[in-house]
Amino acid sequence: MTEKVLMKGNEALAEAAIRAGCRFFFGYPITPQTELAAYMSKRMGKAGGVYLQAESEIAAINMVYGASAAGKRAMTSSSSPGISLKGEGISYMAGADLPGVIINVQRGGPGLGGIQPSQSDYFQATRATGHGDFHLIVLAPSTVQEMTDYVYRAFDLADEYRMPVMILADGMLGQMMEPVVLPEPKAEFPAKPWAVTGHRGERPHNIVNSLYLAPERLEETNIERFERYARIKATEQLAEEYLVDDADIVVVAFGASSRIARSAINKAREQGIKAGLIRPITLWPFPADVISAAADRARAILTVEMNMGQMVDDVRLVVQGRIPVEFFGRAGGIIPTPAETLAAIERIAASLEGGAR
Amino acid sequence: MPRIIVDGRYCKGCGLCVEVCPSTCIVLDPDTITDKGYHPAMLTDESLCTGCANCAVMCPDVAITVER
Amino acid sequence: MSKVVFERPDALTDAQFSYCPGCTHGIVHRLVAETLDELGIEGTTVGIAPVGCSVLAYEFFGCDMVQAAHGRAPAVATGLKRALPDNIVFAYQGDGDLASIGMAETVHAATRGERITIIFINNAIYGMTGGQLAPTSLPNQVTQTSPFGRNVDNDGFPIRVVEMLSTLDGVALAQRVTVDTPKNVRAAKRAIKKAFEYQIDGVGYTIIEVVSTCPTNWGLSPVDALQWMRDNMLPYYPLGVYKDVKADGFANVAEAAAARAAALAAGNAPASEGGEA
Repeated sequence: MTEKVLMKGNEALAEAAIRAGCRFFFGYPITPQTELAAYMSKRMGKAGGVYLQAESEIAAINMVYGASAAGKRAMTSSSSPGISLKGEGISYMAGADLPGVIINVQRGGPGLGGIQPSQSDYFQATRATGHGDFHLIVLAPSTVQEMTDYVYRAFDLADEYRMPVMILADGMLGQMMEPVVLPEPKAEFPAKPWAVTGHRGERPHNIVNSLYLAPERLEETNIERFERYARIKATEQLAEEYLVDDADIVVVAFGASSRIARSAINKAREQGIKAGLIRPITLWPFPADVISAAADRARAILTVEMNMGQMVDDVRLVVQGRIPVEFFGRAGGIIPTPAETLAAIERIAASLEGGAR
Repeated sequence: MPRIIVDGRYCKGCGLCVEVCPSTCIVLDPDTITDKGYHPAMLTDESLCTGCANCAVMCPDVAITVER
Repeated sequence: MSKVVFERPDALTDAQFSYCPGCTHGIVHRLVAETLDELGIEGTTVGIAPVGCSVLAYEFFGCDMVQAAHGRAPAVATGLKRALPDNIVFAYQGDGDLASIGMAETVHAATRGERITIIFINNAIYGMTGGQLAPTSLPNQVTQTSPFGRNVDNDGFPIRVVEMLSTLDGVALAQRVTVDTPKNVRAAKRAIKKAFEYQIDGVGYTIIEVVSTCPTNWGLSPVDALQWMRDNMLPYYPLGVYKDVKADGFANVAEAAAARAAALAAGNAPASEGGEA
């Protein structure tokens, strides 16, 4: 089916998850993602799956842990404070090498914060979801189409690498409506011989576990996991480049703020400023290769984020001081305007020796 | 003839079997120490054992096999 | 010719239990394993090990096993049972896991009537971490974190779990047993087997609370610990069946719930739900 349908981001994501073979959704209401759970409550049963409103976000992630241990494609969704609650459960999934998909439709924080969109969970998603040495693959859609494309891909990545995968969206993407082409329902899924399905006397018993009391063994499991992560870093980095080849000022922005940045860049080009956009799609693995290559050609980088400055740290790590890296952002749930983003680009252009004009 | 067999790999010398034996024919053997350092349970007189399995039922380490 | 009348069940691995000498965990593990053998369900069972002394239960049971985060076993069990409705799912939990950090998961799995079986080891103390106060520790009980005795003004009152859960419509069987004598061990075995049979029959949520000892952290010998348990815990936590929908004449919890709702709507007093020894 290649017809376009107009859908709200949260609902399109839910529909795509079902088409990706997800038959287990455990969620809890929280603004601005509740429509995802509500859509699942209507659609999942018809797809032959299980929808359960759990007693808390903690219970929900542990239900995902259980269904995933049984070899099923399972998902949960929440927004910022609820993702904090899921931290331990996600760490357990990582430590037990369980696949699963977690959706964070970010809102302003910290604490109860606000219900407007933000990107202030970047650190949480890429570094600090839960205790211990582990990473999630983090995908950042910027359109409703990408909400569907990347959740569909997330289940495949989770199964392939045996790890939880996060979709880092925000309230704007969750609530907006755009035309979308939904993916074809998936028919084939990888085998999971490690799953706990009952041994039926046909194999040794399987154990899903993250406890390793012998430190040498625990270190071994960490090293093996990081070898998997190294393969992911080498092969799964994804970013979009827009007018970067000749850019003096490269804007790095993901998700909703990348849409604003693109408008500002177009306006800047009209004024003769050579600006371009690198839009990370995988936040982990961070698209270091593309950003590093741009740092050899460009004269400054500006990150535009809906937070107090988070992704800018990762850009600075990649750039290693070769060129200036600046940050512009709004917090509290405020979406920066194209005009103020353009003003930030103009400030950098003016400060560059010789100017970018 | 009823009797019990205590597996020294499992017995931790906890004494619960001694307590529940109705024929008082189990003791913790003071002259034996298992690999883990316990005095294992021991049938003192096979002729007293009725094969009631109370000892095995109480044993928290499933160390006792009962024959009758 | 003599024959073997009692031996190690097949559903236990060969591993030596890591529990302290005389700890009642081992007795209950054996009863669960005997049940899996007798019902022929080891091959379709998935067990969940908690955080607590029995965290290593995945090394002791021969069925497929999952280790769960502290308190979250009922949620993990829910995910597993919903994913594998034809399998048997049990969770084995201590008093901190089930009644402290995991109380929300315990109550909600029960009220949803999840077709799972919970084996609840209540020894009124946190064993693994060295003997701290538990939600089921008794008034005046000395523990590492109540060194002057549990003071109800500060620490509140112990929770009687099966009484509390028996008020929920999703609960098919809620029974309290103990394992201090061979007679009580055999009765506990019958209760545990009944709980698994109810799961096989899809009756509803089943929980068997086993009043247990912790000789090490109570500072008593295994035999003395059982006596302390008899003298102090059994009066507070009476043994008995607190809910049994099949004994009440219903095929499952949905029927029992409908009858209860109808009785309430008709203004009748609810049938008494007390313990019967």
